[in-house]
Amino acid sequence: MRECYARIMSSAFPREPVQTDEPTGSAGRWFLRGARTALSLPGLILCGAFIGFGAIARDTGLSLAEAMFMTAIIWALPAQIVLLGAMASGASLPAAAIAVTLTSVRLMPMVVAIVPEMRTGRTRRWVLYLLSHFVAVTSWVLAMERFRDVPRERRTAFYGGIGSTLIAAMLVVLVIVYGTAAALPPLAAAALVFLTPAYFLFSLWSSARERASHGAMLGGMALGPVLHPVLPGFDLLAAGLIAGFAAFAFHVLTSRAEGGR
Amino acid sequence: MTMLQGDNAWWWPFVFIALAGWLPTDLWRWAGVALGGRLDETSRWLVLVRCIATALVAAVIGNLVVHPQGPLATLPVAVRIGALAAGFAVYLATGKRMIFGILAAEAALVMGMVATAT
Repeated sequence: MRECYARIMSSAFPREPVQTDEPTGSAGRWFLRGARTALSLPGLILCGAFIGFGAIARDTGLSLAEAMFMTAIIWALPAQIVLLGAMASGASLPAAAIAVTLTSVRLMPMVVAIVPEMRTGRTRRWVLYLLSHFVAVTSWVLAMERFRDVPRERRTAFYGGIGSTLIAAMLVVLVIVYGTAAALPPLAAAALVFLTPAYFLFSLWSSARERASHGAMLGGMALGPVLHPVLPGFDLLAAGLIAGFAAFAFHVLTSRAEGGR
Repeated sequence: MTMLQGDNAWWWPFVFIALAGWLPTDLWRWAGVALGGRLDETSRWLVLVRCIATALVAAVIGNLVVHPQGPLATLPVAVRIGALAAGFAVYLATGKRMIFGILAAEAALVMGMVATAT
């Protein structure tokens, strides 16, 4: 019964085709598969977030060209919002750079985690440096979730497809937002903005590699808001380090108890 | 608003965005490649890094719900947290089908909005 239900649901909401029986296929093909992976529910949700960003950028007085430039070159929504706030308040360049530095630290462990999954013995260094620009929450979560179905030597092409498609799609979203004059009704705006945390929560939970990651999630989710008023600017970093180390300690202790895997 | 209006050259906002936005962001990403290139996929340290990265993103989620900016900020915090919790419960109950979790969270949010508005 449950199986039948699951089958109906998976045909109603198909996931990307899982083709483990076909080990490689060309890099171009996997790039396209990555692109198609990006144009799915997560991509749609990111659109919602960027409609919000476009509206804020327009209200702040940024031109369309500046908003598009900012999106393509930074590609990290929290950093973009922080920079927008700094520009609006007339902050100096060093002050703005420091604020952005603090919000972007979180990208480093994300890159550290994803690189060993994409790298093979023959992967060129510059490819990884180039692909690292695509690392932001949506593409990272998508990749960590789908990599298990992608042959290792095609993961860089696959990730390139995800990242470049997401950026291109969001630039189109900005063009559309700047082209429409009307503001969203508050109910729709709130519902749209709420898509982002909901999607992040479920996809992050699905992409977890080990049980410790679930612990890290619950800890981070509780600590972030608690530390936000106490350590402005450092709240994410502090929450990540405290909950991350705690979950890791739990992982070490339990795997030792299971006979040290 | 000196940054966005007034006598600055047209290219100045682009330079500002590149120096204050792009550089501090991509430097961290490149540092990640330099570090991650040395770690083996099965390394225990990678579990630690993954835990920290996961907790960081989770903290972003928590702040988006508890300390939001924009249209969500006008809603009571209980409605936001309750809607996310309801969505999460449905997501787990339906065998981790993301679409149902999202629909449930959105439905709970809209119901909460309507209920608290009256």
